[in-house]
Amino acid sequence: MQISFTLNGRPTIVDVEPATLVAELLREQLHLTGTHIGCDTSQCGACVVHLDGLPVKSCTLLAPALDGATLLTIEGLQGAPGSNRMHPMQEAFREHHGLQCGFCTPGMLMTAVALATEKPDLTEADVRHGLEGNICRCTGYQNIIVSVMAGAAAMSAAKGE
Amino acid sequence: MKPFAYHQPHQIPDAARLLTSVADSKLVAGGMTLIPTLKQRLASPPALVDLSRLGSLKGITDDGTTITIGAMTPHAVVAASKVVLTRIPGLAALASMIGDPAVRSRGTIGGSVANNDPAADYPAGVLGLGATIVTNTREIAADKFFLGLFETALEPGEIITAIRFPVPLKAGYAKFKAPASRYALVGVFVAKFAGGVRVAVTGAGPGVFRVPPMEEALSENFDPSAIAAIRIDAEGLTSDIHAEADYRAHLVTVMAKRAVDAALG
Repeated sequence: MQISFTLNGRPTIVDVEPATLVAELLREQLHLTGTHIGCDTSQCGACVVHLDGLPVKSCTLLAPALDGATLLTIEGLQGAPGSNRMHPMQEAFREHHGLQCGFCTPGMLMTAVALATEKPDLTEADVRHGLEGNICRCTGYQNIIVSVMAGAAAMSAAKGE
Repeated sequence: MKPFAYHQPHQIPDAARLLTSVADSKLVAGGMTLIPTLKQRLASPPALVDLSRLGSLKGITDDGTTITIGAMTPHAVVAASKVVLTRIPGLAALASMIGDPAVRSRGTIGGSVANNDPAADYPAGVLGLGATIVTNTREIAADKFFLGLFETALEPGEIITAIRFPVPLKAGYAKFKAPASRYALVGVFVAKFAGGVRVAVTGAGPGVFRVPPMEEALSENFDPSAIAAIRIDAEGLTSDIHAEADYRAHLVTVMAKRAVDAALG
């Protein structure tokens, strides 16, 4: 079947089998390999993308769900358009050492951006609750929490400018 | 996954017809249970009927004495709904505890209720509030809907369109979650109405169930102390790698007390 959707701001039309998972479509057909497949059982969160602005696990999403929708992947995350800078949440993860091996990081960032967009004044408890679906085997989470708090603050500040 | 045909009907009668036209076809709502099931090849339906294009299945309406939630309303929408937060805050709290944010973006109340996972959260809220399950053909009382392990009163071709909740005086939910899956090891929903109290338990057994002795005690005195001494029988409860039946039985009382606390807020 043919589906058309907006992918990181660009109109996209692809032919897919209905049984195609969005994570597969992104990585194998569209060669956007920033979206990682960790567990492939919708537990680890490495594959989180934004579907119509909401965080979803792309390993547990059938491609037909994209038809007519807007999809944002880690490749589409950026700072102010034209600035050639990273997104404030990415900057925060670098600044606060919110990653070690980096495998979970694309999903962490997508979940974190969704959290901070939904609730700009995040508390630490909100962040811990909000990251329940994202697993990191390196950091012990502390620096990820610090990064998300800082990134959320930076996003709020950037919005206020 | 094995290949399947995929239908995206825009009208409920079309969905019902597609569902029954090819044997073993399945409905897909948010897909949070179905897609993992397909991936593990525990099911291989010849066709999926996607309910997401049926606009009439989404949304929350306040009808005065009841709140009606469309079957395709995602958990995140219920959790953040001003109507639900104001009228049945215990139900909004339950929705906010399901899975993780990504699951709450996609998973729907209708899908959860139709699937009737023995450790799902919504069945406790639906039974605890004595809600009505509205389908394309009839209305079913919660007390007659949940029949046991993944089994409901739904007939072949029947599609849940909405759940209608009576507004309680007070309601609360508490769950002890399995840390990895965040499913309820034991979850208890408590609701107080003018006519009495309802207590519904999920996670503990093969299906959601009520606890009449707790309902009677709480109807007399809606306070955690009223049920502190009530123990439920571990016979028939679930024992698995997560917990033994006697531990689950113990947790029912603990979670019921916390649910009353939450309801008293």
